[in-house]
Amino acid sequence: MLRFLIRRILGAIAVLFAISVLVFLIFNVVPATNPAQRIAGKNATPQLIENVEKEWGFDKSLPAQYWTQMKLIFTGKVQSYQSHINIDKRIAEGIPATASLCIGAAIIWLAFGIVFGYFSAVRAGGFTDKALTVLALVGISMPVFWLASLMLYYFTYKIEIFPASNYVSLSNPWQWFTHLVLPWISLAVLYAGFYSRVLRSSMLDVMNEDYVRTARAKGLSQRRVMTRHVLRNSLIPVITLFGLDFGVLIGGGAIVTETLFNIEGVGLFTSEALKQQDFPSIMAVTLFGAFFIVLFNILVDVAYAYLDPRIRLGASAT
Amino acid sequence: MSSDPEKSGNEAVVPEGTAAFGAGPGLDSEGARVVEAEGGDGRQTGGPWAIAWRRLRRNKFALFALGVFFVILICCLLAPVWANHVAHTGPNTTHTLEKLHEGGEVKEVVEPSGKAIGPQWFSAGGKFFLGADGHLGRDEMVRLLYGGRSSLFIGIVAAIITTVLAVILGLLAGYYSGWTDTVISRIMDVIWAFPVVLLAIALGIVLAVGGLEIGPIHVKSSSLWIPTLIIGVVYTPYMARPLRGEVLALREKEFIEAAVAQGAGSLRIMFVELMPNLISTIIVFFTLNIANNMLLEAVLSYLGAGVQPPSSSWGTMISEGFEALYSQPLLTIIPGTAILLTVLSVNIFGDGLRDALDPKSKVRFEARAGTSDPDAIGPV
Repeated sequence: MLRFLIRRILGAIAVLFAISVLVFLIFNVVPATNPAQRIAGKNATPQLIENVEKEWGFDKSLPAQYWTQMKLIFTGKVQSYQSHINIDKRIAEGIPATASLCIGAAIIWLAFGIVFGYFSAVRAGGFTDKALTVLALVGISMPVFWLASLMLYYFTYKIEIFPASNYVSLSNPWQWFTHLVLPWISLAVLYAGFYSRVLRSSMLDVMNEDYVRTARAKGLSQRRVMTRHVLRNSLIPVITLFGLDFGVLIGGGAIVTETLFNIEGVGLFTSEALKQQDFPSIMAVTLFGAFFIVLFNILVDVAYAYLDPRIRLGASAT
Repeated sequence: MSSDPEKSGNEAVVPEGTAAFGAGPGLDSEGARVVEAEGGDGRQTGGPWAIAWRRLRRNKFALFALGVFFVILICCLLAPVWANHVAHTGPNTTHTLEKLHEGGEVKEVVEPSGKAIGPQWFSAGGKFFLGADGHLGRDEMVRLLYGGRSSLFIGIVAAIITTVLAVILGLLAGYYSGWTDTVISRIMDVIWAFPVVLLAIALGIVLAVGGLEIGPIHVKSSSLWIPTLIIGVVYTPYMARPLRGEVLALREKEFIEAAVAQGAGSLRIMFVELMPNLISTIIVFFTLNIANNMLLEAVLSYLGAGVQPPSSSWGTMISEGFEALYSQPLLTIIPGTAILLTVLSVNIFGDGLRDALDPKSKVRFEARAGTSDPDAIGPV
């Protein structure tokens, strides 16, 4: 297990390094305009551009630039030249809101995804399955804006069931909850649809396994076979996916939901930075987002290896 | 992300005599699939394509979805016809100060309060069929149709880019083991570890500000090609990886040994022998990719990193409409519904296509312990 963990962490460090290089290249080499000017912002004075050029190392070689910029971002010194704030601090402040949104949505989508997927697979080919499949496909195809704006219009404006959204901190639990119900739902729908599809096909695969036949031959009831033997083993791909998706969301993937509902998390910060074309902020958010994903990848792999010894052994054999 | 067990090349270990044995192995393996798929069902004859087509034809729902998609596609392609002959206006023409004469009634297109006119259907001869947008008073229907052209263009062309890149990379990585595979797979790993939306946003905003210059090619920052290229590239690993896996498995099959023994070159083996075996996967991925691309386009445009104004796409229309959500909810709901309908039709068709092309799906249904008669269990 330890060897597996070390291998995995070393691999992750390599990926992180590659990602930081990729981000650096995207922001520094790809564009055809003066990089210092882009970092400084649209209305920068020549004086500011000169300062930025020094601070971000644009007068040095590319590797030196890379080093200077990463140091700026990861030591928490990176500044937005347009809104005059410390970017790392702003990201850290956004994490509670983003985490509240993502965790709540995750609970909803896991519950619905698993229940729908289970019944879809148990009744594969029947009417329930077809209806649930269509429902899941509608969920997958639904642009988050569509659902969010409909809910905002009908539930906060036409009939005022829920408060017009923004984020209320957890120190006021009831307000926190009512403000987050709509964002949770609109974020969860897509994933619920997707997870029910994944679980359904995974369960149909597992139903073919010999041990399921054995369980049936032993005379176990259909329900017991389905829950104890099929569902349990089918959840592995769902858990894997969950780790990845959750990492993406925490890392700033809920941009649209946060923007629509005005939740002051990492995602809203990203979209504000995009509107102002504030490059240092976008660069920092992108890097931190990618890092969260790699982190959750490791967590998933470890959980996975813990649950399924075959993977652990297989991985250390190669 | 661990290395693959199948690293050793197989070209060197072709035993003598397998060439004759595997003379028509491509057909043999297809035949085997047919038997596996239809399991002694006497009615089903013909090649795998014929069977797939028959299954797809039975799935009326998927065909209906395909029909819906084509109707939407054709409507959007006919956008100029509607604009010139029905609405008599362009997608970016503003009508801020105009008035509409309707059976003795005079309506302002944009009221002084900034509220634009609602849907007029045909009462103004097709003008402002769905009303006008925000402060600028542009014809919503015309914008919707033109926006659909952008969204569909991006969805389809990006899917073509993804497919071409993924097939080439998947074949190269799967067929050549060794450093080619290592390099391609590691690059894929990095892009894979990167959240699609963040990567697309980073590229989108950088290129939307600066434009793209690669050697002699210069793409303007407002060009539709920029979001198209970005979306095409970011989804490539998601398709290339499974393809590579399939190639790794196929490479060990007899028909490849036979081709090697016959003296076929690498290119021939990759594109003539291996590729036909990947077609069904490629078709399914391509279809579902269109749906994903259109959703990503909407997100990018909404965030200002995709299609740039004044060009319209369904994403930019939602973004503009959302500012007036409470006074004019239709401006958000109309383009949103357009995306939902299009993406849903593509997804339903793609789902049916997968069931029709993937022989395993039938096997899966049969595994249901024979509880109901097989005819009732069509692909969903």
